[in-house]
Amino acid sequence: MSKATTLSLWNGVQTILWQEYLLFERRFWRNMASTMVTPLLYLIAFGFGLGRGIRFEGTSYLEFVIPGIVALTTMNGSFNAVATPVNIARMYDKTFEEYLTAPISMLAITSGRILAGALRGLFSGTMMLVLTLLFGVHLKITPLFFLMLFLNCLLFAGFGFWAALTIQSHSDVTKFNSFVINPMSFLCGTFFSLQSIPGPLALFLKILPLTHTTTGLRAIASGQGVPWWNLTALAFFASLFFLLSLRACYQVED
Amino acid sequence: MIVLEHLTKKFDKFTSVDNLSLHIHKGEFFGLLGPNGAGKTTTIRMLMTLARPTSGRIIIDGQDMTRNAPALKAEIGLVPQHINLDNELTPRENLDLHGRLFGIPTKERRERIEELLHFVELEGRADEIVRKFSGGMKRRVLIARALMHRPHILLLDEPTIGLDPMTRRKIWELVRKLNTNGQTVLLTTHYLEEAEALCNRVGLMNKGRLVELGTPEELKIRTGPFVVEIDKGGERRGHFFPTREAGLAFMQQLHHEGHTDPVSLRATHLEDVFIHITEAPPSAIGSLQATREEKQKS
Repeated sequence: MSKATTLSLWNGVQTILWQEYLLFERRFWRNMASTMVTPLLYLIAFGFGLGRGIRFEGTSYLEFVIPGIVALTTMNGSFNAVATPVNIARMYDKTFEEYLTAPISMLAITSGRILAGALRGLFSGTMMLVLTLLFGVHLKITPLFFLMLFLNCLLFAGFGFWAALTIQSHSDVTKFNSFVINPMSFLCGTFFSLQSIPGPLALFLKILPLTHTTTGLRAIASGQGVPWWNLTALAFFASLFFLLSLRACYQVED
Repeated sequence: MIVLEHLTKKFDKFTSVDNLSLHIHKGEFFGLLGPNGAGKTTTIRMLMTLARPTSGRIIIDGQDMTRNAPALKAEIGLVPQHINLDNELTPRENLDLHGRLFGIPTKERRERIEELLHFVELEGRADEIVRKFSGGMKRRVLIARALMHRPHILLLDEPTIGLDPMTRRKIWELVRKLNTNGQTVLLTTHYLEEAEALCNRVGLMNKGRLVELGTPEELKIRTGPFVVEIDKGGERRGHFFPTREAGLAFMQQLHHEGHTDPVSLRATHLEDVFIHITEAPPSAIGSLQATREEKQKS
């Protein structure tokens, strides 16, 4: 890559991040409330409600369930920070055209939007972690834990971007949420261990990206060493969705 | 400057732009006219790489226009038909965003924003959220935004659609000032008085094809600079004549033949040419196109 292209890539990414930050600031409380309400409900119902007393896989259920809730929070946060706004920008407001007609590369648009979405997801996840710490739960939150969370965010922001550019109507975003994101929220080892699931289904669930995040985060949080396999799988999915997104950016047409 | 070569765009079975070839010269104010669905917007969208040509080429300054051509995009300013400002941001922020996307350094960007806010007379409301603005004000922000990076080519897609006559004239003034600075302007419109007021040269599109090309004067002369209109049973028909005398003679003939329908004679407007051509049966359009192609060859 030449110096000029690298400069223009950075310029594009930086501009998109700047714009997203402006909007993030402006809609802070609205966003905060809507992204936190569901995970908070999970935390209260599954964690504090029935979790305090129950022992599960050698720890308290609360300690078991928190990595799962953080994983699904970041998944939802990143996906929805990208899928809905980008789809609206593309199909209704047409503001996406402002990017497409600007002298920035498709690589810059894709990287910028995905990175912005991932940071939003990471922010929600961090807020969630802070809340659980306030409630006195002891987890080992290491830099590796955050790296894993961030990979998860990049992955689902990429998935959201790809979805936003390829679907043909806005109601399809809801379908993605109902048929992909929501089932994963519940089934990918978030609230219970996959050991209790029958063979073939467990195998399928173990392939899904969010399962890698929940098992990986749990391993890190309970000090079981580096979950290389999960990290590799997440990096693979994140790259896959990034490439699909980049291709969609070249092809999108309305 | 801008060369379109055999440009075609098909959506499934529908052909929106059909083998369009056109050469727009540097510094020209070119109007692309035509009824709704004639293919004007699709042409602009292809120029901006928002739509991909099914076949044909777009060459700007000797280079092929593609989606990943930042250098060419930096030369072009677009005022789209659809108002695509970020509604949650203020005019100042919208301009800032555009300036950043085009890599304008901070100091220059700030100065340019002030200059343009003044140009479109929005200094007083520069820090209000765009969402609350009227259509005309949003259009003015759109124009200011397109000018942020001092483009050499300006594409205006129906820039005055849905605006009241006062605001429309205001926007004409703005746009005319730009062209006198030497920018090449491509305007699409179906307001014929707009084309007449602004354009040096116009191309008439119908059903995806270019059916007429020339200065507004040439087009009027070609169709007939004088028109006799007959109102018959609520329907108005125009007959074109090369001279006022020929038109008067026709009116007298009608009178002698005992016609009592109201008749009037006046100079042809571009609008008459437009209606004459777009209402013509397809065979007539074909022959018009054929004559035009012959003229181009000779």
